[in-house]
Amino acid sequence: MNKKILTTPIKDEDLEDLNVGDVVYLTGHIVTCRDVAHRRLIELKRELPVDLRGGAIFHAGPIVRKKEDGKFEMVSIGPTTSMRMEKFEREFIRETGVKLIVGKGGMGPETEAGCKEYKAVHAIFPGGCAVLAATQVEEIENAEWQDLGMPETLWVNRVREFGPLIISIDTKGKNLIEQNKAQFNAKKGAIVDRISSQVRFIK
Amino acid sequence: MAKFTAYIGKHLPTDVEAKLKELRSRETQPLAKAIYTSMAENQDAANKLDRPSCQDTGVIQYFITAGARFPLLGELEGVLRNATLEATRNSPLRHNAVETFVEKNTGTNTGTKVPWLDWEIVPDDDGVTIDVYMAGGGCTLPGRATVLMPGQGYEGVTEFVFDVITSRGVNACPPLLVGVGVSTAVETAARLSKKALMRPIGSHHPDPSAARMETLLEEGLNELGIGPQGLTGNASVMGVNIESSARHPSTIGVAVSTGCWAHRRGRIRIGADLAYEIVSHQGVVL
Repeated sequence: MNKKILTTPIKDEDLEDLNVGDVVYLTGHIVTCRDVAHRRLIELKRELPVDLRGGAIFHAGPIVRKKEDGKFEMVSIGPTTSMRMEKFEREFIRETGVKLIVGKGGMGPETEAGCKEYKAVHAIFPGGCAVLAATQVEEIENAEWQDLGMPETLWVNRVREFGPLIISIDTKGKNLIEQNKAQFNAKKGAIVDRISSQVRFIK
Repeated sequence: MAKFTAYIGKHLPTDVEAKLKELRSRETQPLAKAIYTSMAENQDAANKLDRPSCQDTGVIQYFITAGARFPLLGELEGVLRNATLEATRNSPLRHNAVETFVEKNTGTNTGTKVPWLDWEIVPDDDGVTIDVYMAGGGCTLPGRATVLMPGQGYEGVTEFVFDVITSRGVNACPPLLVGVGVSTAVETAARLSKKALMRPIGSHHPDPSAARMETLLEEGLNELGIGPQGLTGNASVMGVNIESSARHPSTIGVAVSTGCWAHRRGRIRIGADLAYEIVSHQGVVL
């Protein structure tokens, strides 16, 4: 099976044919961007110090080590819970022109709308697989907003065949995790009823 | 303790490793199988490169069961604080202590009441057992506690557990270990739900009804088929552990805590002579 590889800068047409559940990899640049960076751009109206047009962000707060030559080494970098950024993501996509958002777990209707309107996708990197991801980072080229501390700094990473990335929201606004959740919730009632009939310990 | 703290960030305990291996071998869905493979590759890489397997090494928690006659009882708090500082520098661990209200990352992974210590004193003992736990933000977010009315019964407990897992557990890096506390109030139930996560996978509550409920919940949650990372699959959880206390007749306090698949906890037993034994990771010497 051929690996589908996206390369930054990503164009709208690169994403057109992608559907939820597809697996892709990324070569180029991906910038870590999470809670406070989103808040600074959207709520505090501060300009992001990195140009994200056609770019990729990673909802992640890595472990980074400063080497003797002053450069940074990526030790461990896995995805963080994307849902925390749901509140900001639609506007974030509009403001920055970002095309690929990588994180873990699902996102909600605001991100769906943002992905549809501005042609972007959300993808899941397997959570907890942080050393795997770190070995796909060739170099940390830059670090902005270091005043936020290690997890929240914007780390600009050059990556090669970074993935697997499972498309969870596509440019049509389809949402894989929401579909899955609906499926889990549909099954839930009958299972809860069955267990409940066996745990009537209060008599 | 610094070495042990660093160690558990890089290596999963024996029971978790065995469970993940079992779930991986039983999985039939292609995407889920691929995720289990990535997980196994990640743990191998963490071992080979000597790095924390997940970047989120949590706010360090120590659950201490101390003998009243343990000779270093008074020094233990300082020892564990230094262990966190040293492990953070050497491992390295992520700087995960943000002072609340000041809203500044301390940059040392320690802060006010961090590392978090939980104490239990055993009267007739001169040793100490310490569980080290690194819970990332992802598997901490689903945590919930509530107080039910007795009329809602254990049926209400069941519903509560399912609601937490289907609404928020999906994002917490399943397959999860689910800890349930059943008690009087929110804080007693919450503490027990976290203590439940310290118990080995496959162990059971001593009360037969509670043990039965653990199995029923585990089987029921697995039927949902949440799969690794919520991408669907044959299983949802690594297990369900219940811890309980007697309760007030008018209330049922219930809490759920979740541990992600990378359930990084370790148990060490230290004697009065300071000789140690690692209980959680088979055959490991520091």
